[in-house]
Amino acid sequence: MIRRLMLCAALTASAAFPLCAQQVNITGAGSTFAAPLYNAWANEYAKLHPGTQINYQSIGSGGGIRQISSGTVDFGGTDSPMNDKLLAEAKQKLGTDILHFPVALGGVVPIHNIPGVSKDLNFTGAALAGIYLGKITKWNDPEIAKANPGVNLPGNNIVVCHRSDSSGTTFIWADFLSKASADWKNKVGAAPSLNWPVGIGGKGNEGVAGFVRQTPNSIGYVELIYAVQNKMTYGQVQNSAGKFIKADLNSVTAAAAGAVKAMPADFRVSITGAPGATAYPVSSFTWMLVPRDMKDKTKGATLKAFLIWGMTEGQKFAQPLSYAPLPRPVVEKELAAIKTLHY
Amino acid sequence: MASTATTPPPSLVVKDAREKLSLFERLKKGDEATFLVTFASALSIIVVTCLLVQHLWIDSVLSRHAFGWKFLHTSTWDPVADQYGALPFIYGTVVTSFLALLLAVPVGIGAAIFLAELAPRRLSNVLTFMIELLAAVPSVIYGLLGIFVLLPILRDYVVPPLQKTLGFLPIFKGAFYGVSYFSAACVLAIMIVPFIVSISREVLLAVPQAQREAMMALGATKWDVTWKSVVPYAQRGMIGSVFLALARALGETMAVTMVIGNVPAIHASLLSPGYTIAAVIANEFTEATGDLYISALIELALVLFAVTMIINAIARLLLLGMKSQETTH
Repeated sequence: MIRRLMLCAALTASAAFPLCAQQVNITGAGSTFAAPLYNAWANEYAKLHPGTQINYQSIGSGGGIRQISSGTVDFGGTDSPMNDKLLAEAKQKLGTDILHFPVALGGVVPIHNIPGVSKDLNFTGAALAGIYLGKITKWNDPEIAKANPGVNLPGNNIVVCHRSDSSGTTFIWADFLSKASADWKNKVGAAPSLNWPVGIGGKGNEGVAGFVRQTPNSIGYVELIYAVQNKMTYGQVQNSAGKFIKADLNSVTAAAAGAVKAMPADFRVSITGAPGATAYPVSSFTWMLVPRDMKDKTKGATLKAFLIWGMTEGQKFAQPLSYAPLPRPVVEKELAAIKTLHY
Repeated sequence: MASTATTPPPSLVVKDAREKLSLFERLKKGDEATFLVTFASALSIIVVTCLLVQHLWIDSVLSRHAFGWKFLHTSTWDPVADQYGALPFIYGTVVTSFLALLLAVPVGIGAAIFLAELAPRRLSNVLTFMIELLAAVPSVIYGLLGIFVLLPILRDYVVPPLQKTLGFLPIFKGAFYGVSYFSAACVLAIMIVPFIVSISREVLLAVPQAQREAMMALGATKWDVTWKSVVPYAQRGMIGSVFLALARALGETMAVTMVIGNVPAIHASLLSPGYTIAAVIANEFTEATGDLYISALIELALVLFAVTMIINAIARLLLLGMKSQETTH
């Protein structure tokens, strides 16, 4: 009797094993900014395709780039595109190209705290660059005043706050300042962490927001999502059409739409200061990084299907999480590019 | 009678038995086993430390070759241009830790003496329990308390009178925005006081009662007994508690980065923002790309290790000096 039971168990086990083998695990790692979106996608996708399990670890964009470059994950997530040097290093290690696919959009907004000024201020790119370079030191500087007629700005010193931790938010902010000011581009540049000319570093969005809230006459910058979710007020930024735009999901998507014409084939494009009358200038894509070749073809096919689903069906999960969805033309371009994957 | 003749004398039995015992049997006796187990435990600490240093040494090779000793005495930290110098971080780490000790040691030792020697037993137990709770609070909580409670208090009530009275000193000059070496040191001091108090109290309680009774018999006051007889007896252990607190202060990351301002520059004023080694590693490691950048961050970890070693070595030397002084007296 016992022997028969054991035989039964063995048979069931062997029957169950092929099922287990069909279970496909896809692992991703990287951007913390995009983590809520990837996790929502993973949940929904697993519901639709019970045999697929997608795991995403939010370890930061730098970590995502490192892991995909060494082949320890199936896809990476990053808020700043890999430069040519990193791509070449990765190709050497991995033996294949790494491709960028935009999955959603985010924006960065200026926040300020000036006693006696309750209005959200207008900022030109030149004003923001001047403030962060330490050249504009008073709130009543003409560069700020001329964008804010009717606002009684005090003559107090500006206290500048920036992110202390490396972050895609800083990259987007600095990328915008590089385009707004040649001085910034030459002296500081754009990267997830910088050699800041002035200012105090706050850890994370909450560190910057907390510092600005508590310090009179201060200015800082945070992710749009963070500002929206915490119901914070923030300033408008002048776009390339000369209009002062309040950041929201529509104006961020408009920035991506404005940049479609100049979109390179590899999608590694900065959309800060993009053309378009309604485009918000401090916007950026967040990218998924996938290798062009994959040894495991089943895995490859699953990853590809997940990517296509994310571009199409998955976009409807972006808005509830406060990400700006991709504009239609970008999605079409990406779907065409996905066909070039070798799996 | 015949049986006694056949059995050898007792000493011989023992000798024979020892010769015949197998390794397993000897292990069962206990002494060898204890020795081996404790030796393995001690060895594992040394092995882990060596592996750690070796790993840091190997992974920092790019940065060590690129910058050499310059890494230790230059102040530029520019990930865009790949230029790295660690001096502001070393300075910040040492300054905040020592300032924290300066604030925490008198409070901690005082509290420990009160709890062990002077307080009623029941009050002492309640307070000790609360202090040990403080030691278990995660550091991020201290950081948040620092931002939302301590910084406004420092900015509104502590620093203005300080600058009014002692503002002529270079260490209290300049604008104060809340985040600074001083704020970080205050948060660190609050964090390390529980370590000093709870260990020092245990050490004081372990002082033999005879030590106190002898002094009392000579007609000494309670304070005389505590200060001249109990504290010197417990001195070594109390200094040990200070070392432990210092080690915690040197390596603290989260709470410090939240209140120090994270500016890689060297300022004489304690009211200016600064940066520490542990904080910059935590802030930048996750997003670091580029081999030289990562290598420089790992070299920073190596530097922190070295700083900790050097400070500990100096402290040990001071202790040795004290000991030799004691013996010559």
